[in-house]
Amino acid sequence: MSDRCDHDQEIDLEEQQILAAIEAALPAMPTDRHQLIPLLQHIQGTHGYLPLGGIALVARHLKMAASKVYGVATFYNQFRFNPPGRHPLKVCLGTACHVKGGEIILENFSRRLGIAEGETTKDREYSLERVACVGCCALAPVVMVGEKTESYVTPSKVEGIITEIEIQNEIAERAKEKHEPESDTQ
Amino acid sequence: MNQNPTPSEQLDRLRQPAKESWHALQDSDVPVIYVGHATCGRAAGSQETIEGFEQALADKGIAAEIRTVGCLGHCYAEPLVIIHYPGFPPLMYQKIGAGEARVLVNSFLQAGEDPCFEYLLGALEPNEMFPTLMDYPRYLYEKRVIMAHCGRIDPENIDHYLALDGYQALAKALEQGGQWVVDEVKAAHLRGRGGAGFPAGIKWEIARHAEKQPKVVICNGDEGDPGAYMDRTLMESNPHQVLEGLAIAALAVGAERAILYIRAEYPLAVRTIQQAIYAAREKKLLGDHILGTDFSLDISIFQGSGAFVCGEETALIQSVEGHRGMPQYRPPYPAVEGLDGLPTVINNVKTLATVPAIISKGSDWFKTIGTEKTPGTAIFSVVGEVEYPGLVEVPMGVSLEHLIYEVCGGIKDGKPFKAVQIGGPSGGCLPESELGTAIDFDSLKQAGAMMGSGGMVVMNADACMVEVARYFVDFTQKESCGKCTFCRIGTRHLLAILEDFTKGVGSDDDLQELKSLSEGIIKGSLCSLGKTAPNPVLTTLKFFPDEYLAHIHEQRCPAMMCRALTAFYIDLEACARGCDACVACCPTEAIFTTSNRKKAIDQEKCVKCGECVYACPPEYDAVRRVSPPGMIPDQGIKPLVETKEEQ
Ligand SMILES: Cc1cc2nc3c(=O)[nH]c(=O)nc-3n(C[C@H](O)[C@H](O)[C@H](O)COP(=O)(O)O)c2cc1C
Ligand code: SF4
Ligand code: SF4
Ligand code: SF4
Ligand code: FES
Repeated sequence: MSDRCDHDQEIDLEEQQILAAIEAALPAMPTDRHQLIPLLQHIQGTHGYLPLGGIALVARHLKMAASKVYGVATFYNQFRFNPPGRHPLKVCLGTACHVKGGEIILENFSRRLGIAEGETTKDREYSLERVACVGCCALAPVVMVGEKTESYVTPSKVEGIITEIEIQNEIAERAKEKHEPESDTQ
Repeated sequence: MNQNPTPSEQLDRLRQPAKESWHALQDSDVPVIYVGHATCGRAAGSQETIEGFEQALADKGIAAEIRTVGCLGHCYAEPLVIIHYPGFPPLMYQKIGAGEARVLVNSFLQAGEDPCFEYLLGALEPNEMFPTLMDYPRYLYEKRVIMAHCGRIDPENIDHYLALDGYQALAKALEQGGQWVVDEVKAAHLRGRGGAGFPAGIKWEIARHAEKQPKVVICNGDEGDPGAYMDRTLMESNPHQVLEGLAIAALAVGAERAILYIRAEYPLAVRTIQQAIYAAREKKLLGDHILGTDFSLDISIFQGSGAFVCGEETALIQSVEGHRGMPQYRPPYPAVEGLDGLPTVINNVKTLATVPAIISKGSDWFKTIGTEKTPGTAIFSVVGEVEYPGLVEVPMGVSLEHLIYEVCGGIKDGKPFKAVQIGGPSGGCLPESELGTAIDFDSLKQAGAMMGSGGMVVMNADACMVEVARYFVDFTQKESCGKCTFCRIGTRHLLAILEDFTKGVGSDDDLQELKSLSEGIIKGSLCSLGKTAPNPVLTTLKFFPDEYLAHIHEQRCPAMMCRALTAFYIDLEACARGCDACVACCPTEAIFTTSNRKKAIDQEKCVKCGECVYACPPEYDAVRRVSPPGMIPDQGIKPLVETKEEQ
């Protein structure tokens, strides 16, 4: 437990900033209890997850017990309490996808990335989740890569999906490298 | 003398320009390309298709219009494109990626010469040159009431809906009044399409006569059933039809407030509906003083947050109020005391989307479709091992056999049918002997399945019924809200027994236990989630008992789906020397070279993903699957020892 690495510290720092942002935004938000879920959705939509400290802030804002807010937030599958990866991978395990081997796809991602379902890689590049039917059953098995839906995924396509992200990253990296020296000289 | 115009007159003013622009599009002198761009189209790559067309058109300097439309239901054919070239009937093309788009531009759009028969699915209108879609058996059985315009109009263009008589039913309802609407919907005997089949007119009447004010109507777009997506398609492909139905329901009930509860996993549906609300408000079709009357409706969207049980109406209300979505005791029913204690009518998306047609064309017309007890149509999402998976809309009463074989083209690759799972986690698995069952609430229930939300998964011999039952119980067990002991703990026991079965562990006593637990869960649960959770278990036990027995007595999975009970090996006779296709595909490097330079599988490393079966070229077809695992023959395999000379 003691070897907290740089990544954890990075998250801590980031979380402080997120909490400050939530605190600054809350006063403009409605204080009606009915707004609890939309409020949590808004925070997650803006910051990618619900930091525990944020739940306390929301509770104070709505004049509710923090445990109540936490109870509501944990009831719903949509809310997550740790930061997602830059490339969230969601493997569909709805009926159609299950019958077509969705479980095996999930396992392949898990093995390839070295993380279990519900986790984020150390470098925060990928997070892995299961979802229930994204509504493209005719194209099963289906994986959501960020906002994009990949259809007819096979175990060998898993490697292709990751490779493609890596290539995109590399291209972006190169473009940045090319750009930077120029801006330096200006 | 300044008489106020009637709602119909108001609507006519909006419709005039809408019709003109619609007709201009139909009679356009340049080709119009319609690209299916709902979630399923996008998943299949419709964005690339659009870019492909744009690029190819620009390269050739051809003038054409590209319009995005919703989903036609032919999900197997996505990305789906309709091209209306002046002088030709509208032609529908399947599986059009960026490459095919370029071919279409070069051979067809450029000179109107070769209409690319190789991609053609059919023409949308009768003509002399092309086969039409109406010639397919599918169209003999399909009847489109709810999905009539899906995939034909631009969901983001309110004028398209208006031009096709959209909002006419709302104008009529405003003129005739709420009680008339209730009577008409009652006369039509419209039953709720959200699963239970409760008559919508009666629900509306109860809320209309409830004393408390104000009243609320909610459109239930939670669609949590893992395998059904028709509600999403409707919201994405024709949002105004849903909104019009919702507004008519509000008028009938006397509600001032309407909420659309839409599942969190459907971001495109949320965006489309939101945009449609703005557009309708702007034209005074929603909002204050609708069509110049004193009927006003405040309409908003509430996004669900990924809890299946929130599709249940009382749980849905809890979640809108900001609580954990736990079902509540009924009565009082929501129609009497619902959201914030106010009379609240909750209807499914499909129920509401049916309403405009009933109001426009009358209840007598509606009753000519479907069966006496359940008039109208049913939408199913048929997926799994059928040739043409997708959404189909058929009159109630069509048999399962016709639906699977005629409409959806039968079982893929001509394999034999094994079972069809209907109604999602609360439904059941029916075998071949039940294929004559008519599709309607009562017949399906009698057969042991359920209409549910209309999810239908067709399975061939490769699906294991024990595993399918385990899957659904796993789902309901995870989604149980935890309020009732039987549902919370009982489903967990069910799951544990089924999990053991899929590993070949179990006894006849366990089978007995499955049955008695199931009965307990049915009796001891508050809401239908618990009450129906054992259905998949009970129907598979009833129709496929041998399969259970093979698992627990012989440790054998007849479908070879349960991974603990199957194994893969390579037939050395069939394996080609050094082809190596299997090696590259194996995710765990389980495949090694044998002493005679063929391939074998290290059983310790193999995770039974089945990739090598598909990777091995069909001319060799050397990978075998067996159950139980002990069936692997001894082929005297020795690994190859690489020596220096050989290198
Ligand atoms: C566990 C559970 C989940 C449900 N999910 C849905 C759903 O996703 N959509 C829906 O319309 N109805 C769902 N229902 C049924 C609703 O409770 C309700 O009966 C329905 O929305 C009423 O609309 P209708 O009369 O138009 O069918 C569900 C019921 C249960 C018990
Ligand atoms: S039956 Fe299950 S889901 Fe329904 S209220 Fe009881 S515990 Fe909750
Ligand atoms: S089944 Fe999968 S893990 Fe096993 S040998 Fe074949 S490819 Fe490798
Ligand atoms: S792919 Fe098939 S034929 Fe080729 S080496 Fe593997 S088992 Fe043998
Ligand atoms: S089951 Fe995966 S998209 Fe529906």
